Amino acid sequence: MRWVRRHVLTAYAVLALAYLFLPIAVVVAFSFNNPKGRFNFTWSGFTWKNWENPFAFPGIGPALRVSIELALLSSLIATVLGTLIALALVRYRFRGSATTNMLIFIPMTTPEVVMGASLLTLFVNWRIAQGFGTILIAHILFNISYVVVTVRARLVGFDRHLEEAAMDLGANEWVTFLRVTLPLIMPGILAAGLLAFALSIDDFVITYFNAGATTTFPLFVWGAARVATPPQINVIGTAIFVVAVTGMLANILFQNYRARKGAVLA
Amino acid sequence: MTVHDVRLENVTKQFAEVTAVDDMSLDVESGKFYAFLGPSGCGKTTTLRMIGGFEEPTEGTIYLGDRTVTGLPPYKRDVNTVFQSYALFPHLTVFENVAFGLRRRGVKKQLLRGQVDEMLRIVGLEGYGGRRPKQLSGGQQQRVALARALVNRPRVLLLDEPLGALDLKLRKEMQLELKRIQHEMGFTFIHVTHDQEEAMTMADRIVVMNRGRIEQLGDPAELYERPRTAFVASFLGVSNLLPGVVAGPELVRLESGQELRVAAGVLNGHTGAVSVGIRPEKVRIGGDGANRLAGQIVERAYVGVSTQYVVKTDVGQVSVYVQGAGAHVPGEQLQLSFDPESAFVVSRSEEDRP
Repeated sequence: MRWVRRHVLTAYAVLALAYLFLPIAVVVAFSFNNPKGRFNFTWSGFTWKNWENPFAFPGIGPALRVSIELALLSSLIATVLGTLIALALVRYRFRGSATTNMLIFIPMTTPEVVMGASLLTLFVNWRIAQGFGTILIAHILFNISYVVVTVRARLVGFDRHLEEAAMDLGANEWVTFLRVTLPLIMPGILAAGLLAFALSIDDFVITYFNAGATTTFPLFVWGAARVATPPQINVIGTAIFVVAVTGMLANILFQNYRARKGAVLA
Repeated sequence: MTVHDVRLENVTKQFAEVTAVDDMSLDVESGKFYAFLGPSGCGKTTTLRMIGGFEEPTEGTIYLGDRTVTGLPPYKRDVNTVFQSYALFPHLTVFENVAFGLRRRGVKKQLLRGQVDEMLRIVGLEGYGGRRPKQLSGGQQQRVALARALVNRPRVLLLDEPLGALDLKLRKEMQLELKRIQHEMGFTFIHVTHDQEEAMTMADRIVVMNRGRIEQLGDPAELYERPRTAFVASFLGVSNLLPGVVAGPELVRLESGQELRVAAGVLNGHTGAVSVGIRPEKVRIGGDGANRLAGQIVERAYVGVSTQYVVKTDVGQVSVYVQGAGAHVPGEQLQLSFDPESAFVVSRSEEDRP
């Protein structure tokens, strides 16, 4: 009985983690598969071949490139805009600030299908040709909400006296922002940026509506799956996963390093 | 000639409906330790924040030295503040916290290190430069906040109840420490507090504030011995206030008809309804003071250094403090007396009530 009590939590944790990680493990494992036909669904032998030629399947390289460009641009722009919105919302009471505070959640709660379809309607009505530009606009749009929410959480607990102290010690508004505000909310901004990047690089639904002839990596996978699932998809999927995890770890390590750095320098 | 470091001229501050500071004028003498004393909401912190530049007065002018600073941001004022919450930069080390102001003024690296180290030594934190604020105790953080402000050698140092978060023993230590540092450096200090004992311990001049106005300004002894309003009399220490009316140049008639003598000059300017004030430790049991009151002990509390009695008289209850362990017991009838020289007089209008 005691044994059960002691180990039930462990067992539960192991099962939950297995549930979470099994699909990822499958993706990684099948990137080393050597499929017989065009579909990478049954295990038929280990090979390095797919990893040696990740772009061997026609179209996969350009699609990935579009996705990365989109993710970088949209997360960068959304992070800057979202941070400014969060600052305004937390710092100032302006006409409509309460409404904005609520409205900012709406893009997060709107079904992607609806958002994608209505954006398309808008672009068509305004006679904007669908393509890279429209996808970028769409990605920035849904990313901003996430950035605002993430950065706002960091700002809410911010002690305004720290900024007053900086100004008291001779720093003007801009120096105060650079030396005190920004370093203190930087973990929130970085987290928001990473989140935005991750959301953008794997978005399918909204992108699908507004892509025109442009093909992102998720769109490419979707299109290819009807005729073939080359193991290169798993290779690139695995690579994106590894990059994302590395980015996250780097963020954590960077924060820890920053926390220690000053102690060593002074 | 006296040099003035800070000068407030008819300063008023309104927040929406509330008047936090009401037409306040004050000259702060150079090199002195000032305390702004008053209950919460009396406007003392608002006044301090206006001097620091964190709030702008609705009306009136603030001078630092000869310069008008009304409208100038905090970074253009030659004052530094020690905040109630300390507001140390959590992402910087103790050294960098203290160096922050010097760096903003572009002090050369070699000079900077020496000045920061010297200041850390003065506040007793030698060797702590590499720590983070979070790794320090409350008292140490307090010292960093002090060093960070003082290292800039401001014309005036503003202290916004910085001792409030410390425990009693540490607070007592820091009070003496602050006084020592103020003497050592010779700057003008303005210290905001609601603790009358703290103000008495540290300040050369106490500005007692109530409802956005200055009730009285003076040195601690002056305020204690000769409070001018009932508010000051009861906010600084304990006072017995006996209501009466002015009956002569040195005479007040109490409601019971009994007359009390007061020292010449104490009644100066007072007419009509007044209260005669007497501190509990100035009242004697028995004795030959010119003013006498008869009563019965209703309470007795022995607090070590003194024994405190509450005596019921026909002009109200009177507190009496006697040094050491007093021999009297509740129920006892006795005679109280005090000298006219120990009494003060305050006017008795409604708005003077604390």
